[in-house]
Amino acid sequence: MYNNLWLIPFFPLVGSIINGLLGKKIKNEKVIGGLGTLMMFFSFLVACQNFFGLRASEQKVFQESIGSWMSVGNLQIDWGFLLDPLSAVMILVVTGVGTLIHLYSIGYMHGEEGFYRFFSYLNLFACAMLFLVLGNNALVMFIGWEGVGLCSYLLIGYYFEKKSAGDAAKKAFVVNRIGDFGFLCGLLTLFWALGSKGVWTMNFIEIGENAHLLESGGVLITVVTLCFFLGACGKSAQLPLYTWLPDAMEGPTPVSALIHAATMVTAGVYMIGRMNVLFAMAPTTMMTIAFVGAATAIFAASIGFAQNDIKRVLAYSTVSQLGFMFMAMGVGAFTAGIFHLMTHAFFKACLFLGSGSVIHGMHHAYHHAHLDDDPQDMRNMGGLRKFMPITHWTYFISCLAIAGMPFFSGFFSKDEILWWTFASTRGSYVVYGIGAIAACMTAFYMFRSLFMTFYGEQKTDARAKDHIPESGLTITIPLMVLAGLATVGGLIGIPHAIDIFHVGNLFHDWLAPVFSQAQQLNVIEAHGSASVEIALMILSVLIGLAGIAGAFMMYMKNPEAPGKFTAKFPGLHKIVFNKWYVDELYDFLFVNPCKRIGTFLWRGFDVKVVDGVVNGVGWVAKGIGAGLKYTQSGYLHNYAVAMVVGVVVIVGYYVFG
Amino acid sequence: MISVHHYLLLSAILFCIGTFGVLTRKNAIVIFMCIEVMLNSVNLTFIALSRHVGNMDGQIFVFFVMTVAAAEAAVGLALMIAFFRNRESIDVDDFNMLKW
Amino acid sequence: MADHLLSIMTFFPLLGMLFILFIPRDNDGLLKGFTLVVTLITFVISLPLAFNDVFTTSGGMHYKEFSEWINIDGFFQMNYNLGIDGISLWLVMLTTFIMPIAVLSTWKAVDKNTKGFMALLLLLETGMLGAFVSLDLFLFYIFWELMLIPMYFLIGIWGGKNRIYAAVKFFIYTAVGSLLMLVAIIFVYYYALQSGAPINGFGIQEFYMLDLPYNAQYWLFLAFGFSFAIKVPMFPLHTWLPDAHTEAPTAGSVILAAVLLKMGTYGYVRFAMPLFPDAVQTFIPLLATLSVVGIIYGSLVAMMQEDVKKLVAYSSVAHLGFVMLGIFAMNLQGMAGGIIQMINHGVSTGALFLIVGFIYERRHTRMISEFGGLAHKMPIFATIFLIITFSSIGLPGTNGFVGEFLALVGAFESGLRWYAVVATTGVIFAAVYMLWMYQRVMMGKITNPANENLSDLSVREIVVMMPLVLFVFWIGIAPNTFFEKMNPAVEQLLNQMNNNKVAVVEIQQPVVANLLETK
Repeated sequence: MYNNLWLIPFFPLVGSIINGLLGKKIKNEKVIGGLGTLMMFFSFLVACQNFFGLRASEQKVFQESIGSWMSVGNLQIDWGFLLDPLSAVMILVVTGVGTLIHLYSIGYMHGEEGFYRFFSYLNLFACAMLFLVLGNNALVMFIGWEGVGLCSYLLIGYYFEKKSAGDAAKKAFVVNRIGDFGFLCGLLTLFWALGSKGVWTMNFIEIGENAHLLESGGVLITVVTLCFFLGACGKSAQLPLYTWLPDAMEGPTPVSALIHAATMVTAGVYMIGRMNVLFAMAPTTMMTIAFVGAATAIFAASIGFAQNDIKRVLAYSTVSQLGFMFMAMGVGAFTAGIFHLMTHAFFKACLFLGSGSVIHGMHHAYHHAHLDDDPQDMRNMGGLRKFMPITHWTYFISCLAIAGMPFFSGFFSKDEILWWTFASTRGSYVVYGIGAIAACMTAFYMFRSLFMTFYGEQKTDARAKDHIPESGLTITIPLMVLAGLATVGGLIGIPHAIDIFHVGNLFHDWLAPVFSQAQQLNVIEAHGSASVEIALMILSVLIGLAGIAGAFMMYMKNPEAPGKFTAKFPGLHKIVFNKWYVDELYDFLFVNPCKRIGTFLWRGFDVKVVDGVVNGVGWVAKGIGAGLKYTQSGYLHNYAVAMVVGVVVIVGYYVFG
Repeated sequence: MISVHHYLLLSAILFCIGTFGVLTRKNAIVIFMCIEVMLNSVNLTFIALSRHVGNMDGQIFVFFVMTVAAAEAAVGLALMIAFFRNRESIDVDDFNMLKW
Repeated sequence: MADHLLSIMTFFPLLGMLFILFIPRDNDGLLKGFTLVVTLITFVISLPLAFNDVFTTSGGMHYKEFSEWINIDGFFQMNYNLGIDGISLWLVMLTTFIMPIAVLSTWKAVDKNTKGFMALLLLLETGMLGAFVSLDLFLFYIFWELMLIPMYFLIGIWGGKNRIYAAVKFFIYTAVGSLLMLVAIIFVYYYALQSGAPINGFGIQEFYMLDLPYNAQYWLFLAFGFSFAIKVPMFPLHTWLPDAHTEAPTAGSVILAAVLLKMGTYGYVRFAMPLFPDAVQTFIPLLATLSVVGIIYGSLVAMMQEDVKKLVAYSSVAHLGFVMLGIFAMNLQGMAGGIIQMINHGVSTGALFLIVGFIYERRHTRMISEFGGLAHKMPIFATIFLIITFSSIGLPGTNGFVGEFLALVGAFESGLRWYAVVATTGVIFAAVYMLWMYQRVMMGKITNPANENLSDLSVREIVVMMPLVLFVFWIGIAPNTFFEKMNPAVEQLLNQMNNNKVAVVEIQQPVVANLLETK
């Protein structure tokens, strides 16, 4: 094998440093953007090289260390990288989609004041994400884990003069930190638990090999995995920690595509896949994950119904799709989860970039007409397919993919997930049912956004409506590539039941070395006949079609239907529109009490009690002095009398006492 | 025969007179003289006891006391002159600035 | 020269101070320049220590110097006894490193009575270095008190509005603790003298070998622990810190945070814990609780502060909580984590105080509400501030993470798991208060017209910050540079404590009467 894994995160790091330090001097957007994109592309090439190397190789696990990070007694942490089928998939997705989005950003961010800053952050993000997926021990992963949080903070807060952007950035980081708290607790418990059995390690391979030392299904492993799952919830925006992701749409659209759809938010899924050995040993945790995933999927989908901001719809859709991935992980369908992660990266990145293209065009038009309407509000769009044919077609294809229409990528991955929830030994019909409903809702609100944006009558302000341009090549090329991938990307994972050409489930076979052992040991498998599987597939296609048809009926056929519906159920609409008031609930439950406690501890306890005691001691001393000072009259006679009295008393004591 | 008791009695009387003077008089110079009386009463005790026990230490001490008393007289009188210049009085009741 | 390296290093600033007395008092530039040169030379003198590989192999004391100082036969003896091991090494380096930075930070900030200011800074440096290298308890005590005086004047003369209150509070708080410690020091000495144990003045290495009865240890540890806890400061003895920090001039705050607070934690590591290893066991639950409470408490209170400097001061309480938790884990990871966290705190919080100083010099206010949107006018400042902010939050890859993580690992390995879990929530709060502050100061639109014309950092200010930023990443990415020299010393210390433990410790309620009987 090649000893160049470290190059993969190294290239973007170099790009980030160069752009960050010199970007202001370089000024030329082509150089800055070109450098950033090129660095990503180099890293993609190295990733490809490693991927094909791994494919050709018999051995499926390669580790490479470039030095020791911390070495303190039995805690030995290396700057180590790990290449196995799982990380190989991830680096391809991250560098591949990353390169496309970098390219897209050159066009999208054109003319922005902080152009160099943006590319520096974006490269830094790629670096952190690659650390996350390549780390061979939990701590190197944690660098990436927090590093992507940092970059997400920086990029969401990119328009830092907007208060909402600053708030969203802070919220994203803090909520992620809650997850990180879980990650750290899990890691420390695991380190101690394995250590007390004599194995002090944070290396994933060694953890996997020694996991059997822990009692399967025991309290310890359940606690450890639940802690890790909390971490995953934070990073991957699952209930109850999802609230940061919709707000994160304050960032520029390429950021939403790269970070908040394709890569960073899937880190939680990846982490569970990476530690599948541990999770497989904890059925309670798995069940929790499946149910949390299902709940998130349906909950977020419901909010997606009522949003008018195109990016927010996509954000809730992302949360919902992440819920699907967690469902997969929870029922033991690790391969399906990772598969969906990959296909989702394609179609969701494409959707986000498409929405970005739309916003770009709308913004241009409004700018031209000197209006400051909201370029992201779908109520101002409609009929855009005339103006932006490429954007329209790619968006359309991706909607088909996410709705799970046959032979688009989402079809294969989503159906595999649903099949596993139905048939797995860890599955549950409840989860399946929720998943199926969520799939229907997904199809509905995605096509709702499609129809509202690209079809129907154009509702843009008349002064601006004829100035909406199709975006340039740097924007449309990534769109087309991603739409292509969203179309055919699923073909590498054709399920056995419909594999008429006997190509086999390539994706499944590829990841088998990572997952099959844990699945076999813990008896995790999907069992059922091919006919049931096919029946379920047909059912889910029908469900998807029903969703699409619903959207068509409400937003194409009867454009006044949604208005009537909301008029009929004003309360429901209000709740959904306001996102079930979860943010307000959290403010009420956590944020405000914390502030109040902080204020109380400061003004009440610190200043009054502690300083009260301290100053009180001072006052007592002062008071005693103030009383005693009157004995110092200054008159010689008083002192003399006192002296004589003193002498008499002392002598008297010794003579008569 | 005058015994050591007589000397001690005399010195006690002198000491009491001195103390009484210090406590009752207001004129700083008189107080100062009373202090001298007290010192000399102590000197007398020293010498009497020295003679009585046949040890010269007491007499040597008296020289020290006299030296110190002389120095004290010099300093004390100088202080009083300084004070008189300031206040035109040497009444100790006017000497009460050293207080709270 | 190498034989007397520590003495030369310690007293060189004092020599410099003597020279300062001959510089005309109105020549500000010369005074500052001279002080800078003196501190830089001190730093250069101390550099060979950091590059000496002897620390990687042996955890004992090196660069020892010894000569008798006061000797009243059979009654009292104290010696001039210096030495340095892998633990004090890094604290000494931190001190010599931070001093030139502190001096540079005064360039524009101090304009009244510069002569006195510089002289006191140099005196302070001698005091701090002396305290870190003393191996004689009495000598340590002298240096310990010596530090107090210059700091008292730095706050009291060059401080803000409420400086007298802050200075007196600082002084009295610390003095109360020190006096208890003095009594304890004398007790240990006379106990050793009377028990006929082989001692060498107040030499701590001989004291380590003493078999003090448990009851005596209990009270002695209380006295030492109380004194050091005030200096750290541990909850609830921390209230002098926010006042002292807010009122102190920037250079004073930097030194106070970077070095003086470390005296407390260092005191635990070097004196309180190894001298009284049995008593420590009794107090660990209490002290660990206070550390954890300090972390949460400091964070919550920091969150609500309206004054940037006070916020940073309260964040110190939280950070020092991690240090203490690591130390009380009493294992290699925890101790090493605690000690590296001391360095981290010196670097990060020192840098934060410098940052506050920068904006204070420009706007003469530290109220968060007065700022907002500074990132527009001061992009370089914004970047550096951001790096330091995240270092303070403990982002992996920066120094803060290494220390916090190791302290937590240590706490988990020892019996302090639940404490560690609660302490870990501190990482959430740290993000809340630091980012909220950063947002309110740097982000958003410029709302206050007074901020319209702010200038970005000058070259001098960038030069001041660069070394700190360098260390943020150095410790974060390659902490082994520090661990390889620190670990042998920590290991030796831990062994010593374990060997010196009385075989079976009966934990009983000590009574003063028992204490007297055992004598």
